[in-house]
Amino acid sequence: MSLALDLLTILAVSAGVFFFLAGTVGLLRLPDALTRLHALTKADNLGLGLVVLGLLFQEERLFAALKLITVWLLTLLAGATVTRLIARNARPTGPRG
Amino acid sequence: MVFDIGLTLLVVAVAVWTIAARDTFAAVIGFVAFGLLLALAWVRLAAPDVALTEAALGSGVTGVVLLGASTRLRHAEISAADKKPGAMLRAAAAVLCTVVSAGLAAIVLVLPHPAPTLAPQAAANMAATGLGNPVTAVLMAYRAIDTLLETVVLLLALLGLWSLTPDPFWGGLPGRRHHDDPDGVLTFAAQLLVPVGILVGIHIFWVGSVAPGGEFQGATILAAMWILAAMAGLVDAPPVSRRWLRLILVAGPAVFFTIGLAGFAMAGGFLAYPESHAKLLIVMIEVPVTLSIAATLALLVAGPPDRMPQQ
Repeated sequence: MSLALDLLTILAVSAGVFFFLAGTVGLLRLPDALTRLHALTKADNLGLGLVVLGLLFQEERLFAALKLITVWLLTLLAGATVTRLIARNARPTGPRG
Repeated sequence: MVFDIGLTLLVVAVAVWTIAARDTFAAVIGFVAFGLLLALAWVRLAAPDVALTEAALGSGVTGVVLLGASTRLRHAEISAADKKPGAMLRAAAAVLCTVVSAGLAAIVLVLPHPAPTLAPQAAANMAATGLGNPVTAVLMAYRAIDTLLETVVLLLALLGLWSLTPDPFWGGLPGRRHHDDPDGVLTFAAQLLVPVGILVGIHIFWVGSVAPGGEFQGATILAAMWILAAMAGLVDAPPVSRRWLRLILVAGPAVFFTIGLAGFAMAGGFLAYPESHAKLLIVMIEVPVTLSIAATLALLVAGPPDRMPQQ
């Protein structure tokens, strides 16, 4: 059972790291602010979600597991908000266009 | 080990990049990243209390203050761009920095091994404080006077900032009034996040007695929540002349000092607690101190008063 859980953890965390890597490549390679943001948010939301999922398989205490999920949800909220704000100011037509 | 070496190299690289960055704004971003990496390093050194403080205060609040400063300095920097300091001055700065860095490195290298430590005594006497976190025991009991002075220093910093107020605005409102789309994403995030953040701030403050956390970290989160609500235009800063605001600002140091003086009568020394009531007294100090620090930090970020209340 613990072997199966460990395998699931390795799978999920590896997948998460892959999304982080892809997001970082996107940040470095894509041509402008909007596309870079696009790459970054997908990577962080999904990457962090998968890492959290992987860690959940290792967590026996319910409260700690809920904390992990809360961390992910708060990051989603903060990430989405900040991305919108940066994108609003990075648009070629400006914030009010 | 590989991770630690990588982290150390990254910390040094980001520090060098921050110093080398030409643009002030970019340098501030570098400084924030540096602070977050440093927080990770503290976690690796098994010092989560320091890591929390570094992330919240060193990187977070200081980063926001520096961002504000870089925006205000933009005009001055453009006009000063062609005036470079002379070769002598730059050489002197380089020599001075090198001497300080080399001195610090030498001190670290000549430390005896194992380093002298008071950790066993701190852990052995923790029961007398009623606390479960040795770091909080040091901050609130063994070395409470340092913490008292820290709260006073924060207040002095705020007074220094307020002394920059232009005469017509003295007693007015700090910072710009923010407006944002009431249906926009920032307003939504502030409405959703602020209640959660206030809860997290109180939690971090409260668990400080038994786990990593404490009043400085909790207060920083509370201040950040106020800043977020202000940026979304949900709340406005109060005029700094308000009596209740001044009372909140001095409540922490004042209560701290009063209980410290009462220590003479109760336990025979400044900031000494009678063993039976140590925990209660520490909490009585921590609650107003947390409020004072939160208000001070929020006002430090808001800046000097620069407008009067609208009639």
